[in-house]
Amino acid sequence: MALRRLLDKVEPLFLKGGSLEKFYAIYEMIDSVLYTSARPTQHAPHVRDGINLQRAMTYVVWATIPCILMALWNTGYQANTAMTSLGLSAVEGWRGSFLSLLGVGFNPNSLWDNMVHGFAYFLPLYLVTLVVGGIWEVLFAAIRGHDVNEGFLVTSMLFTLTLPPSIPLWQVALGISFGVVIGKEVYGGVGKNFLNPALTGRAFLYFAFPAQMSGDVVWTAVDGFSGATPLGLAALGGIEAVTNSGFSWMQSFIGVEQGSIGETSALACLLGAAFLLYTRVASWRIMAGIFLGMVTTSLLFNLIGSDTNPMFGMSWYWHFVLGGFAFGMIFMATDPVSAAMTEQGRWIFGLLIGFMTVLIRVVNPAYPEGIMLAILFGNLFAPLIDYGVMKANIRRRLRRNAI
Amino acid sequence: MEHYLSLLVKSIFIENLALAFFLGMCTFLAISKKIETAIGLGIAVAAVQVITVPLNNLLFQFLLKDGALAWAGFPEVNLSFLGLISYIGVIAAVVQILEMLLDKYFPALYHALGIFLPLITVNCAILGGTLFMVERDYNFAESAVYGLGSGVSWALAIISLAGIREKLKYSDVPPALQGLGITFITAGLMSLGFMAFSGIQL
Repeated sequence: MALRRLLDKVEPLFLKGGSLEKFYAIYEMIDSVLYTSARPTQHAPHVRDGINLQRAMTYVVWATIPCILMALWNTGYQANTAMTSLGLSAVEGWRGSFLSLLGVGFNPNSLWDNMVHGFAYFLPLYLVTLVVGGIWEVLFAAIRGHDVNEGFLVTSMLFTLTLPPSIPLWQVALGISFGVVIGKEVYGGVGKNFLNPALTGRAFLYFAFPAQMSGDVVWTAVDGFSGATPLGLAALGGIEAVTNSGFSWMQSFIGVEQGSIGETSALACLLGAAFLLYTRVASWRIMAGIFLGMVTTSLLFNLIGSDTNPMFGMSWYWHFVLGGFAFGMIFMATDPVSAAMTEQGRWIFGLLIGFMTVLIRVVNPAYPEGIMLAILFGNLFAPLIDYGVMKANIRRRLRRNAI
Repeated sequence: MEHYLSLLVKSIFIENLALAFFLGMCTFLAISKKIETAIGLGIAVAAVQVITVPLNNLLFQFLLKDGALAWAGFPEVNLSFLGLISYIGVIAAVVQILEMLLDKYFPALYHALGIFLPLITVNCAILGGTLFMVERDYNFAESAVYGLGSGVSWALAIISLAGIREKLKYSDVPPALQGLGITFITAGLMSLGFMAFSGIQL
């Protein structure tokens, strides 16, 4: 309770007229991380429940925990496997000293070695995202006079999980700055943007630095080791190329493959989805819409077939596990701010994204991965979809009452 | 048939006039505050585009192109230097007719569009469509399809921008960026979304 007393004691300094008035946002941030508000809403039009933005956003962060654990293990596992095959036994730079300080080896069969090695890659990415994005967030909050919102925790976590482990840190800083400032803060902060901020930053990096980000060559956290992501392989030689190089469906489902750190495992994403759906934080209509759209479109492409483009023959269950499809479907597209708001609109929104994802993957040779761009594209049309749904509703009710 | 279909898809999504070439920006930014007006203007631009591109194609094929006057007995005459002014003339005439039709049959839309209706004449998207047609040497059928596709692409872009701007009414934009500033940023972000199509070979 001493902490609460301390916070209460310094509060007047931060209120209007206090000497630290400009830093109210920081005070508020610390206070709301430590304590939830004790004041429930009282009167009739309000739902008397403790669910607020803070809890909803925190739940999303919790739901990514399986993905984070998988990210740590898989990044380390890929790096250690690559090192074994190259015959290396030590890492250079600070990571090497960090690992040897802990006495960690580089054995790809050891759970602990993999986790710590992956952690050494995940931590700097996440820290840079959190610090740089956090500075922007606090800066805007202090000047514009709004609160630092828990939404940023979600944005920073999702952004980190979509990055490849080998990305230079200055690019991470640039990407999160673009996402937070241009994607969100110029519109007034959480709830007022129209694109998903994490995806905006990721897409900015994708187009600005295609050499590091596109994923045809890869993404293992070891210098001098390159190989293609399964999706890159599939774009060149179809699903045969993937199975020939030793990937099985199960392996891809669990997530033992190269790729951006948090998105390889469909299984981990599904665990997160179960949590999000159980707590009703994410919309099941959007997820179902994307899944259905993806299945129908890929079946359609299977039916059409093509002699020159092997991606036409890729079946839906491969589309589901390869690349970031599951991650995007569960965590990115269900962002309540940038998705469609109406119930039927969410179905349409989801179907559009599912359709676009497969379309980009199959027809567009420039990009092996489609889910990120498909979600951004869906975000552009979400307001229009809502408009259409509302208009149709108005017309239907008018007709019903017209006698 | 497949050729025309892929031309249509290409002109609507991959080579979107507003979001890939940034043509017609002035009206794109100015008339996108309300969805209804944006739909009206989008349809008007698409209609003008559908008529003018094939018309200009005929003009180009049978009067202006190098050797096009062979049917009149002048095979060595090349009038292509008159291109720009003739295309603008055709566009201006079509817009004038469209304006009179709207005034007569859809007065509400006519007033909502206001000054921007005659300004369709100098809308760079319209002239741009015609010039792309000339540059790529489309035949008549292709130019009709391209006219439809490029018109629809522009209409699609302005309608979705209007949708976003109606949603942005609830935003809290910094004072210095309000109005056109934030609209420019929004248009840039939209074109980031449309980058999904760039690179598709049809």
